[in-house]
This record gives sequence, C-alpha cells and structure tokens, in this order.
Amino acid sequence: MNTAPDTIEALANREYKYGFVTPIESDVIPRGLNEDIIRMISAKKNEPEFMLEWRLRAYRRWLTMEEPKWANLHYSPINYQDIIYYSAPKQKKPLGSLDEVDEELLRTFEKLGIPLEEQKRLAGVAVDAVFDSVSVATTFKEKLLELGIIFCSFSEAVQNHPDLVRKYLGTVVPYSDNYFAALNSAVFSDGSFCYVPKGVRCPMELSTYFRINAMDTGQFERTLIVAEEGSYVSYMEGCTAPIRDTNQLHAAVVELVALERAQIKYSTVQNWYAGDREGRGGIYNFVTKRGKCAGDNSRISWTQVETGSAITWKYPGVILQGNNSIGEFYSVAVTNNYQQADTGTKMIHIGKNTRSTIVSKGISAGHGNNTYRGLVKVLPKAMGARNYTQCDSLLLGDQCGAHTFPYMEVQNSSSSVEHEACTSKISDDQIFYCKQRGLSAENAVSMIVNGFCKEVFKNLPMEFAVEASKLLGISLEGSVG
Amino acid sequence: MLEIRNLCATADHKTILKGINLKVGIGEVHAIMGPNGSGKSTLAQVLAGHPSYAVTDGEVRYEGQDLLALAPEERAREGVFLAFQYPLEIAGVSNAYFLRTGLNEIRKHKGLEELDAMEFLGLLKEKMKLLEMEPSMKSRSVNEGFSGGEKKRNEILQMAIMDPKLAIMDETDSGLDIDAMKIVAKAVNKFRSPDNAVIVVTHYQRLLNYITPDFVHVLFDGRIVRSGGKELALELEEKGYDWIKEEAGTLREARV
Ligand SMILES: Nc1ncnc2c1ncn2[C@@H]1O[C@H](COP(=O)(O)OP(=O)(O)OP(=O)(O)O)[C@@H](O)[C@H]1O
Ligand SMILES: [Mg+2]
Repeated sequence: MNTAPDTIEALANREYKYGFVTPIESDVIPRGLNEDIIRMISAKKNEPEFMLEWRLRAYRRWLTMEEPKWANLHYSPINYQDIIYYSAPKQKKPLGSLDEVDEELLRTFEKLGIPLEEQKRLAGVAVDAVFDSVSVATTFKEKLLELGIIFCSFSEAVQNHPDLVRKYLGTVVPYSDNYFAALNSAVFSDGSFCYVPKGVRCPMELSTYFRINAMDTGQFERTLIVAEEGSYVSYMEGCTAPIRDTNQLHAAVVELVALERAQIKYSTVQNWYAGDREGRGGIYNFVTKRGKCAGDNSRISWTQVETGSAITWKYPGVILQGNNSIGEFYSVAVTNNYQQADTGTKMIHIGKNTRSTIVSKGISAGHGNNTYRGLVKVLPKAMGARNYTQCDSLLLGDQCGAHTFPYMEVQNSSSSVEHEACTSKISDDQIFYCKQRGLSAENAVSMIVNGFCKEVFKNLPMEFAVEASKLLGISLEGSVG
Repeated sequence: MLEIRNLCATADHKTILKGINLKVGIGEVHAIMGPNGSGKSTLAQVLAGHPSYAVTDGEVRYEGQDLLALAPEERAREGVFLAFQYPLEIAGVSNAYFLRTGLNEIRKHKGLEELDAMEFLGLLKEKMKLLEMEPSMKSRSVNEGFSGGEKKRNEILQMAIMDPKLAIMDETDSGLDIDAMKIVAKAVNKFRSPDNAVIVVTHYQRLLNYITPDFVHVLFDGRIVRSGGKELALELEEKGYDWIKEEAGTLREARV
C-alpha cells in the first residue's frame, strides 16, 4: 500500500493523551510476593478471615502453576518478585464519601474526562473510580441503594456485604482457573461490586474507571456482578495508564452471575497505554472475564473494544447453564505498532436451547499482531444449542498479522454451530474513492475502520460508542493513507 | 477552466496517455468517446489524482492552478468531481454519513458552515427525490449490495449534493436502464450551469440525446484524435471507430 504509509504513520503517532502521572504520595508495600505480602494486603483492607484464607489458598495454588505459553504472544519473562502488589494514594481523610476525596485525585479523574462530582456527571451513569490498588470514589451510591442496588468498591462489599461476596466469589472463575486468575485471587486489591435485586431494572449505566498511576506496581482488580431473577444491568469499564518505558502488569478477574431471566450487559473500552512506536513500554493485560447464565432464560453480553495495552490476553466467556440462556460476545481489537492481542471468547453450552453469538473484528496495523481464539463447546445435554461465529480481520499495511483459531466441540447432534471468517485489506481504491469525495486519508481510514466495526459498536451504550469510535481513529493514527 | 496540455501518463510501466490536449471552458459540456482500452478512464482518474498513475509529461491547469500539484482530496475540495465507472463499496458506512462527511470537508474548505445532520437530511431528501431513489438507500452502506444501475445513480446523487465546478462522469450511462438514464440525464441537466463544466465519458450516442454536448472528442490509443460538435457522436454511432482508427494509423505512420 504505497499511498498509505504517511497517514498511517501520522495516525499511529498521535500522542496518547492519558499518559500523564499524578504527583501524589502513595502508601506502598515492599516489592515482591510471598504469604506475608498477602497477609499485609488483607490486613490493610481489614478483611474477614475467610478472605485471607481464600487468598492464601489461591496463592499456594498459583505456586504450583505455570504461566500459559499457548497464546500467540511474545514477551520477555515477567519477574513476579519485582512487582509492587499494593499501592494506594495517601489521602488526608479516610476513603468513602465524595467530598473527602483528595483534590489531586478529583483533578486526575476530571482530566481523564471522568468528573466525580455528581452534579457534573452524565445523569445516567454511576461511576466507581479505581486509582492504582484502591477505589477512591463511587457516585450515585445512595440513589441506587433506594432501589436496593448495591454498587460499591469490592473492599466495601467485603466489609458491608460479606455474605454476598462469600456466596458468589470464585463461583464463576475459581482461583484455580488459570495462572493469572490464581495470581489475582491471591493479591487483588480492589475493584467493583454490584448486586441488582430481584425484578429491578437498573436505571443508569454503572461503570468503573481504572487508572494505573504508580510505577512498577501491578494492578489486580476484581469485579463481581450479580443480577437476581428478572433484573437488568448494563455495566461499562474504562481504563488508562501513564506513559512509561517499562511494562506494567494488569491481571484482572471479572465474574458475572445472571439468575433466571436476568440480563447483564458488560462493555469495555480498554485503552491502557500501548507502548511506543518501537514497542517499548505498555501494559501487559492478562484478564479473565467470565459470566454464568445460571438461570433459565438469562442473558449475558460482552462487548469489548480493545485498543490499548502492549499485550492483551483475554477471553470473556459465558457458561450457558440455564435453559434457553443467551451468551454474546462482540469484540473489536486493534493492534498497531508492536502491539499484540490474543483475544476471543469461550461459550460453554450446558442448558437446552442455549444460544451464543460471537462477532469478532480484529484490526492490525504497523507490526501489530492480532489473534482471535475462541472456543464453542456444546455439551451432550445441551440439546438444540446454536452458535453463530463471525470473525473478520482487517489489515492495514503488510507488516501486520491476523490469525484465527476457532475451536469447536459439539457433543450432540441436535445442535448447530456456524462459523464465518474473512480477512480484508483497505484497498487503495477505496481510500481514493473517499478522497475524491473530499475526505482526508485519515478520515477515510477511520471511516472505513469504523464501518468495519459497526456491528460491534452498535452494541455499546451511547456514551461509549462515541468514545470508542474516536479512540479507534486515534489508535490507528498513522496507519494508512 | 480546465486546460490539459500534452498529458502523458503511465501505469505499471505501461504508457497509457500519450499526449492529451483538451480545453474545457466554463459552462461547457464535453463528451469523450473512444474504443475500449483507449485511455478514457485513465484520463478521468489522472485528473482526479489516482495514485496508480504516474504523470510523465504535460500539465493541467484548473481554475488558474496547477491541478497535478494538488492531492486528490484537495482537488475534490476545489470542485473536481469524478463519477466512477466502477464505484467502490464501503461496508458499514451509511450513504448519508459518507456524503455528509465529504460535503462538510468541501464546505469547510470553502469557508462555509458545516451542515448538521438535520440540514443535510433536507438536502439529501431533495436530491434523492430528483434522482427518484428509494429513501432507504440513504441508510444503506455505501454502494454495498447496490445493483450496477443503483451504483451509477448513487454517483450522480453524490454529484448533485457536492455541487462541483468540474464534473467528470465516467460511463455513468452503462448499466442504466432507459428510464434510469433519463432520470440521470435530467439530474445532470439540472446541475449544468454557466458556472460549471461537465466531461461525459460514454460509448453511446443515446446519452448525448439527453445531455447535449458542446464538443465531442474521440480518444484513441492515448490521444485525442478527433474533435467536433455533437454531430461527431452521431457519425460515430453510424460508422463505428474503424475509420478513426485507420485515420489515426495513417497519421501515426506519417509521423514515423
Ligand atoms: N492501473 C493500471 N495498471 C495497468 N494497466 C492499466 C491500468 N489502468 C489502465 N490500464 C490499461 O490502460 C488501458 C486504458 O485503460 P482505460 O481504463 O483508461 O480504458 P478506457 O478507455 O476507459 O476503456 P473502457 O471503454 O473499456 O472503459 C487499458 O489497456 C488498461 O488495461
Ligand atoms: Mg473506462
């Protein structure tokens, strides 16, 4: 593509505007990982005994496990003893209410486009703001509580709703699930918790905004959402980090539980720092996300737009246990420069007449490498199960790669699994056509790419869709012409 | 408004345009005819700035500017419009959004206010009516799944909306049924004004019955070998290109 390089270049090199560092004093613990560190984290959070026990079991399990090597990812080994596992901004007053949040933190979130003062917020969105290892504020808590909806930081949930946490923690992603999930279970510091009672339709979008600030720390958050019978909740998550030339580890776990007729929509716009043009720095994003459609007729949808991170390893899945339950996965993953993504989903059909839909759009530019890896498993009793998978790849330039690994295991004969895949390039002629209509090359690329992602974007809540489509333009800056 | 002097262009090391000379004045309609492969589309694409073609000699003045020095999008914003012989498809991008984005780029360039979605919709509706297009076409992806004729009509819709100074139509008539051709011709005639100019590339006299050209040129083997008034088109319709080819052949031999 000889017309492209300039624009692709220009696109790719636009500044990452969230790359600043907040000068704030932090409460950090010593580097490295051992049982004492875990006890220290648990003590800092004043956790009940069952939590510490659980963490220690996870840690001991982790010690016996090996880092997975099957992903199509290449990175230098992570030294787990060189990471700081807990860092919290020192605040003058205890965390809790909004007017007690440190000015510097409020300003940071304001700068990120997430003002925490409720009067400034978009009316329809409640936010839990997580800064390094802790949640610093949650908005609209009281208003939601009037409906019986619990939306708070994970730490608060452990203090105030230990029974709920105990009942559901690890029921979808057990600590033994995989290496990173075990690590997270041992050291996780905060995250969001949400509980929607029976029959309640959550009237606003819930969201968590994750911000990594401190150097050399890992971020290990954990989110748990429980939707009781007949309830509905839409949840969004966003994230950013400063520009640094060393890599930082982010290993999160998200568990969703949908009971009978409940529906959970989970949307992510992942914009962790991606590293520079030469591939220096950036976040290593190793995340385990899974939902369980525990009740009949329940529904869980994952929509993700992954544009950041140096490395993304992430397979949000759904366990379709209830009869007639529905699992959906809509994904856009962008890799530019030296970014690598190995992402996809797992749909496990257990109940009868369960349905799943997978739409994955991978965009590669520069030297980026994008892999879709998905598993659709239909168990013998899942009679009448259906899956539809569509995996499309778009290549910008000729030094990037796209790979697709769809695994399918169908163990009964009344089910159907359908897979479609296609790889395309943006053609010079298409760009020329757009230019002939007055569009700049950048605009043309961004328009074509957005068109390519349309099926995914239309599943995002409005606030996010606009953001995502802008972000896509930015991540591809410098990719085509 | 447009003056092409000794324009030579190659693609893939193949010389396609071998010295084109053509003057188009404001308010004029020029038809370019000629056998398959003679270089008509190449000329159109070179004027629009397609990157696959390298201009090896000659120059093009447009409204007092060196057209060839402008990037394709700058040419578009300066009022050069090409209705493609083979319009491209853009999946997932609605026709309306595509058009509005392009139009607003052009308006910005002219120092005009951008049109918001509502204002644009009004304009779009009016022009779609003119072209007798189904309203649903505006929300469909650009040219995706359009029939051959629908694509061509969509090109003219774009032209009507962009309101260029110089419109180049590359075989817009091929693929159109007779009624559609009349509709398109009607739109082109409505567009014609003393302030703009049109170059129509076509194989058929039929279109020229509806869009009356001021001049007709015959392109053969990369050169304009004959120019005349609208009667020339009738003569070609009747006699074909053989006599022109022969003439050109003798000319070339004479030159050697
Ligand atoms: N990008 C290209 N690379 C190589 N050859 C090309 C390219 N574009 C055009 N040509 C060749 O140049 C010649 C002229 O092509 P062009 O499309 O301009 O013809 P045309 O007069 O428009 O013909 P038609 O009436 O069939 O549309 C043809 O032989 C064609 O194969
Ligand atoms: Mg042609």
